[in-house]
Amino acid sequence: MDFIDYYKILGIDKSATTKDIKNAYRKLARKHHPDLNPNDKDAKKNFQLINEANEVLSDPEKRKKYDQYGSDWQHAEEFEKQKQYQQQTTGSHGARNQGAQYGGDFSDFFESMFGGGGGGGRSRQMKYRGEDYTSELHLELVDAYTTHQQTISVNGKKIRITVPAGIENGQTIKISGHGSPGVNGGPNGDLYISFSIANHSVFKRSGDNLYANIDLDLYTAVLGGEMIIDTLSGKVKLKIKPETQNGSKVKLKGKGFPVYKKEGQFGDLFITFSIKIPTNLTDEQKELFTQLAKS
Amino acid sequence: METEYLIAVDQFCAYHDIDVSFIRSLQQNGLIEITTVENTGFIDAEQLQQLEKYIRFYYELDINLEGIDVIMHLLNRVNDMHQEITTLRNRLRLYE
Repeated sequence: MDFIDYYKILGIDKSATTKDIKNAYRKLARKHHPDLNPNDKDAKKNFQLINEANEVLSDPEKRKKYDQYGSDWQHAEEFEKQKQYQQQTTGSHGARNQGAQYGGDFSDFFESMFGGGGGGGRSRQMKYRGEDYTSELHLELVDAYTTHQQTISVNGKKIRITVPAGIENGQTIKISGHGSPGVNGGPNGDLYISFSIANHSVFKRSGDNLYANIDLDLYTAVLGGEMIIDTLSGKVKLKIKPETQNGSKVKLKGKGFPVYKKEGQFGDLFITFSIKIPTNLTDEQKELFTQLAKS
Repeated sequence: METEYLIAVDQFCAYHDIDVSFIRSLQQNGLIEITTVENTGFIDAEQLQQLEKYIRFYYELDINLEGIDVIMHLLNRVNDMHQEITTLRNRLRLYE
């Protein structure tokens, strides 16, 4: 646990007035506030530190204690006496608990010096919504094809969620009330889950459509025929037209990916044929190709 | 028929310890909508998260209503751009 220089954090010197502290805090808070920097973990961390610095320096009692013992904070006995005094005097200043939703987590340094919780004044009576949690869930493409349930662990708590079919890579869903508990009986925060869907070895996805390259032997490509192909919904018999060219595409309507939250609706599957030239030909086969070339 | 969850403005203000005039100003600036039922103003629960964000901007960061309006426009644009980046990244995966 290292000493934290709150003055340095706010970019002010020890002679700063209450107004200087307020201005410095507001300026930095506007830059790092999590509401203005969504999904930025660094900003959130910085804001918590800025908030903590403000919490100490804007409160005359805490500032006095910090200035007196700050760099020598490990002298617990003296602090304990101060803590008792502090508990008797909290509530004396009437300022709004700045950054209550995001600034609730204080450093070990703060906790050891001023006790847990922070946020003097009205924060003891005020109800605040809990902090939102974010989590990432990794899925295979086939998992995202069907609506299914998953159990995830968030902050040591197991939560069972339903993953709707057709969820996109990078998409985020909100699970209401599964964030951090509210403060003083306030509502819980929400849980935001972002999905990371791995690439499939055969099928590529773009929106609701799927794309696949299929090898086709030369004879079937020339003469036409049938072939069985695998799709995510099972095997499909595909008719191959005679004289199918290399790189030509066919669309299998409704064999693509499920449309998110639209039951029974599917995208299309686009197959691109890659025609394979036979190898290791016998002399007889080569002769037949020669005849064909001459015809 | 869809159920609407409404919160009385007075109750909301008491809960957050803010002045009712702040909510009225947000409404006048088109930042929130207030539903009036029998002379009582209500906020749709859907707007709650947004409204709490406005409160933090106004009371914690000292940003005025015009500033909040500008910030919300910019945040919406950032959000749209993030979504566009995600869509484009997903399309790029076709060529990986």
